[in-house]
Amino acid sequence: MTPGDLTAETVTIVGHGGDPVEAYLAAPVGGPPVGGVVVIHHMPGYDAGTKEITRKIAANGYLALMPNLYFREAPGASPDDAAAAARANGGVPDDRLVGDVAGSMAHLASLPVSNGRLATIGYCSGGRQSLLAACSLDLDAAVDCYGAFALSAPPDGFPMAVTPIGDKVADLSCPLLGLFGSEDQYPGPEEVVELERLLVAAGKEVEFHSYEGAGHAFFNTDRPSFRAEAAGDGWERIWAFFGRHLTG
Amino acid sequence: MCTYRTTTLEVEGSGKGAAGWFPVTDASVYLDHPVHAPADHTLNVDLRNPSRGAAARVAVELDPASARALAHAILDMLDSAPAGLVPS
Repeated sequence: MTPGDLTAETVTIVGHGGDPVEAYLAAPVGGPPVGGVVVIHHMPGYDAGTKEITRKIAANGYLALMPNLYFREAPGASPDDAAAAARANGGVPDDRLVGDVAGSMAHLASLPVSNGRLATIGYCSGGRQSLLAACSLDLDAAVDCYGAFALSAPPDGFPMAVTPIGDKVADLSCPLLGLFGSEDQYPGPEEVVELERLLVAAGKEVEFHSYEGAGHAFFNTDRPSFRAEAAGDGWERIWAFFGRHLTG
Repeated sequence: MCTYRTTTLEVEGSGKGAAGWFPVTDASVYLDHPVHAPADHTLNVDLRNPSRGAAARVAVELDPASARALAHAILDMLDSAPAGLVPS
């Protein structure tokens, strides 16, 4: 076994409502049983960049599974076409997201190399969804990367099915790592501070970091928003966090 | 930031996508992160026909200033059309 070696392939999981859902699974090669991470993609969809993140997590020693949250809207479509279709339909309903994450968790736990410990990580809309999943399911860790509208409601007349989930923070099942950009507006610094306050008041284990000079999507290497220093530090915190909570 | 803001409307006409011409029935307009354009935010328009699947889509991502200029050009063209050519 050589650290960093991995396999990656498309699989089918059983998602919300018993639906078959396409997913991308990356796994370390060889070694002892390891923890698993459900990767929740951003609004642009089940794309190459998020597959790269999924492989990165496996290269660093964890099982990683990204369900295609837009599979029902557009099976077989290119990621951007699927994202456009889903966006026009109001996005992913929260109950369906939770069901697809639950199905992803079950799939990971069923693998021979799983140690049974599970986490979620999400970016952008996926950040809010990672928090939602951790408030709805029994997880060992969750990472929220700049998830918006966890507490604030979207503007009036906006068709996206995104509702605040501040009333669910008391149900958070696991430690939460939050990574944010200080220059982001969705979520803005005030919302990040308030979310941390609510979680701490509810007795939850929380670790939040906000990076100066970084805005939204600072982990995204395909966009001008990429901030190498913030992303580098963020990844180091993610590995330390997973190391503490996903080791069996 | 992801703005999430999206306006959808019904439209009539035709669009040319990756597989050729097709009737368009719906449009989405949003100012948000692009997929291809090298910018943080663009004005994005999807002309779609959901009944033909997600790939039945003509997509553009425009710099906001370009989008505004295009919007004015569209309105000017409609406003200056010969009498009786464009229903009011």
